[in-house]
Amino acid sequence: MRLSRIQLTDFRSYSDLRIDLPPGMTTLLGANGAGKTNIVEAIRYLGTLSSHRVSTDASLVRAGESRGSVMGIVEKAGRSLAIEITIVIGGSNSARLNRAPVRPREIAGILRTVVFSPEDIDLVKGEPGGRRRFLDDLCVTLSPVLAGDLADYERVVRQRGALLKALRGKGSETSALEIWDEKLATLGARILRARIEAIRALVPYVSAAYADIDHTGTACSLRYGSSVEVEAAFDSGQARGIEEALLEALAREGPRERERGVCLVGPHRDDVVLSIGDLPARGYASHGESWSAALALRLGTYSLLTATGGPDSGKDGEPVLILDDVFAELDGHRRAALAERASTAQQVVVTAAVKADVPAALGGSVFMVDGGKVTIDG
Amino acid sequence: MYDGAVQDLIDELGHLPGIGPKSAQRIAFHLLSTDPSDVRRLVETIQTVKEKVRFCEVCGNVAEGERCRVCLDPRRSDEVLCVVEEAKDVVAIERTREFRGRYHVLGGAIDPMAGIGPDDLRIKDLIARLGNEAVREVILATDPNIEGEATATYLARILAPLGLRVTRLASGLPVGGDLEYADEVTLGRAFEGRRVVT
Repeated sequence: MRLSRIQLTDFRSYSDLRIDLPPGMTTLLGANGAGKTNIVEAIRYLGTLSSHRVSTDASLVRAGESRGSVMGIVEKAGRSLAIEITIVIGGSNSARLNRAPVRPREIAGILRTVVFSPEDIDLVKGEPGGRRRFLDDLCVTLSPVLAGDLADYERVVRQRGALLKALRGKGSETSALEIWDEKLATLGARILRARIEAIRALVPYVSAAYADIDHTGTACSLRYGSSVEVEAAFDSGQARGIEEALLEALAREGPRERERGVCLVGPHRDDVVLSIGDLPARGYASHGESWSAALALRLGTYSLLTATGGPDSGKDGEPVLILDDVFAELDGHRRAALAERASTAQQVVVTAAVKADVPAALGGSVFMVDGGKVTIDG
Repeated sequence: MYDGAVQDLIDELGHLPGIGPKSAQRIAFHLLSTDPSDVRRLVETIQTVKEKVRFCEVCGNVAEGERCRVCLDPRRSDEVLCVVEEAKDVVAIERTREFRGRYHVLGGAIDPMAGIGPDDLRIKDLIARLGNEAVREVILATDPNIEGEATATYLARILAPLGLRVTRLASGLPVGGDLEYADEVTLGRAFEGRRVVT
């Protein structure tokens, strides 16, 4: 897969911008605040129809305008697909595929991207919620049906939480709590099964990516940190094993949950545990190690998705790899290692503030981003 | 803010479901410019609804007497009972002209976030009906969302000891649509609920 053109109209800081991207490596150079990340965000938005920076579309439209759009040309399996999404403030967004109007959902996923950005350090240093989101995104990519289960599960947790709050301090009255326990266990078990499968598939790729990037020889590993012991049930292969483990935990924690009025059992309390050497990465890893681990998670995901049998396997499924402002954070060795891994990808877009930060070995075309304009360098 | 009566009207209209402050204002000014006889007719209609229409004492559907049209109809089967959330759902199912049994309107679904528990629904009446009548099958036709599913699960549990046939409406693909246009979640559910043909 290759993105050969990206065109922004009244998107973020750009009134009208068109970049024709050559094959292979593209570097966008510009000072902080020049608008490099806005271009990356546009590419990402075109693929997923959501932004990693904001939750509402309105802020993506250039100040003072009522609509903005992003258009891209994707070369895929010998075909050229022009996809366009128009964001309308206070209205519904519209999309076009090769100039014909389609529902926005139908263009989502045509362009696939894997983005690594400075915020990804939170995957290692941040709260468990960020890691759960990372894992759930991967699970949904591997099995799109899970998106519905995740949304339903969240609703069940909120309903059950509301009921627990209402029951707080009210003796043994149960008022249909069991039906929510049952829903939580059924949906929770599906989510747990998908998460454990995804983690186990991901482990070898992350370990390999970490070994490539970090030269110290320490190993990086990850496992699913469940609040309820379910991996034994998962391994036993029993259809209802995980569900029963969750129901048991709910029965055990019941009095404490009712005392506090909070839902204490289930995949919404879990975490992904990253370790470097023998120590957990969170709280123990050095700055460099944390960066290596975060990079390894993203690059490992990329490798998993493009591996044989993965959803993006085959040369034309390979997502566009985007490295947004990350080289500045890494030391010389890590930079070179990342450059080497990136050079095997079909298409890579790199942004940087300083040219010297980007390893010369990457090569490719360089664009200068300045004051809402993008010009090719040399 | 407007003076006295106009603002009062806007406030009253604003309490109606689906009407925000802007719409309330628009309707208020529309009423101001409308012919007095039209306004009188609207007022009378609203009053008539409140005076005449009540809820059926058997099933909870809207009715103009003590019992609703469906409960009064002698041609309908007493053997099948369809449980729905709202009276609106009765109208929707009646449009199919397929169902010849009777209804039971719960008056909502179990929804702890809105403070609605099983005791706030017409479940006791349902149990009483099942004890007296000749019902052999109960169809749970609550909405296919989390609250509707939870309500169906709850009912299935308490109905189990009665030894009736309890069924749930299927969910899956819309009829007349193309498979390729179905979203992943709906298509996934349709796979789960597939049935044997031969």
